[in-house]
Amino acid sequence: MRSKLSLRGKAAIVGAALAGCGEAHGKSSMEITIEGVHGALADAGIALGEVDAIATCQPLDMLSGLTLAQELGLNPRFTMNNRMGGSSFLSHTLWAAMLLELRLADTVLICYGSNQRTASGKLMTALGLPTYEAPYKPLFPLSSYALAADRHMTQFGTTREQLADVAVAARAWAKKNPDAFMRDPLTREDVIASRPVSDPLRVRDCCLVTDGGGAIVMRRAETAKDHPRPPVYLLGGGEGTTHRDISEMADLTVTGAAQSGRTAMDMAGVKPADIDVVQLYDAFTINVILFLEDLGFCKKGEGGAFVANGGIAPGGHLPVNTNGGGLSCVHPGMYGIFTLVEAVRQLRGEAGDRQIDGAELVLAHGNGGVLSSQVTNILGTEATL
Amino acid sequence: MAGIGQGPGPDAVFAAKLAEGVFEIQKCGGCGTHVFHPRVICPACGSADLGWIAPTGRGTVYARTVVRRKPERGGDYNVVLVDLEEGVRMMSRIDGIAHDQIVAGLKVTASIGEGAEGDPAVVFRPE
Repeated sequence: MRSKLSLRGKAAIVGAALAGCGEAHGKSSMEITIEGVHGALADAGIALGEVDAIATCQPLDMLSGLTLAQELGLNPRFTMNNRMGGSSFLSHTLWAAMLLELRLADTVLICYGSNQRTASGKLMTALGLPTYEAPYKPLFPLSSYALAADRHMTQFGTTREQLADVAVAARAWAKKNPDAFMRDPLTREDVIASRPVSDPLRVRDCCLVTDGGGAIVMRRAETAKDHPRPPVYLLGGGEGTTHRDISEMADLTVTGAAQSGRTAMDMAGVKPADIDVVQLYDAFTINVILFLEDLGFCKKGEGGAFVANGGIAPGGHLPVNTNGGGLSCVHPGMYGIFTLVEAVRQLRGEAGDRQIDGAELVLAHGNGGVLSSQVTNILGTEATL
Repeated sequence: MAGIGQGPGPDAVFAAKLAEGVFEIQKCGGCGTHVFHPRVICPACGSADLGWIAPTGRGTVYARTVVRRKPERGGDYNVVLVDLEEGVRMMSRIDGIAHDQIVAGLKVTASIGEGAEGDPAVVFRPE
């Protein structure tokens, strides 16, 4: 369904920065967040006082939008704190574009930070187990993804080796990224021999536990070129919410990415074959297989073959998670913001050894909950407008 | 007939039944859809006319995982999703079978056993 009022190319990311990735000793989640904000504003050449709308989602602070306004000394016209897990920030960009297009705001800041590694050493979450799942003690969120992986293997014959190859590809990209947390060699055999946690998933199928944060600044396209770095335009976006608890997911092999991707690509007027680089929230190896299928990069059930044998690694047929992803680069708990910052890096040609030559179109995709919320953004250079 | 605003909510009703050894799910008086977990209105049609029925208890494993835990902490355990004959799905555990024998498609039957905290919970055994 193509809406008559489209957000295509109406807003752009004009500043982006990371902060505190890896280990940020002695820093709170909000302090990491603000370091990212400082970096993104400097990158954009924008003064703090120009920010008139803010969006964030913090690990434990349920009123984090209010805390952010307070810590920045801002009285924003709009404060967005919508929490959908790791996909939140890719939804914030859509709301930002709406505010900008309607001229309800002029400068929108989207940011995140978490100190979960140095503060707790494990996933920090405000969530408890769902009422009808708690009696069976699933690991949260790991067992939910394990159930999805089991079902995909049963239904489509996806193999343990194919899951492992997702992690191996992420590590190969991370080796090209000096900012990635895990850069030592990783083989398929290493992944398959790693500690089992919740079958069929093993520890190397799981994202890292790191600190880290990121921030982006968005403005209307008409002024987006008044900044030091090339604008990255939001060409399309879409959401899909299918459930909250894995026991309520209708089909564990089909995620809301089918809807979010279709909506986003329809708005952008692009198809999967047009996309140069893909950034997916790879909380677990199965995610990448599911999302590549649901976003239309391969047919349903063929994701395992698509990622196998270096398919999404450097030199493969599709560059996926060029920063090393949540599996090898950074994963502070809600990874979505990092898909956007890496998209910006690629589209500005700033990605160093991992730069994809001629990258013009990037698909960034966030996942929230337990495959529950899916949000897709299509981002492009000026040439794609 | 159940109804909005009358007595405790569906979560409390379900828990009270389970505490008495009764496993029931909801059925919509409006469209006939079976509903689990318990809800205030039918997710298929929006009706508040959700009554309680006893399911057959027969189901099929849809997906399973085995959580790996050190023996001194209680050892491994399984977590499954079971599709009941009525068409609803629930998370549960399969007792009376080796974890590695549990596969999607396994036919199972419900009973009331113990959950993680010793509270009553619906569990399954192979047919």
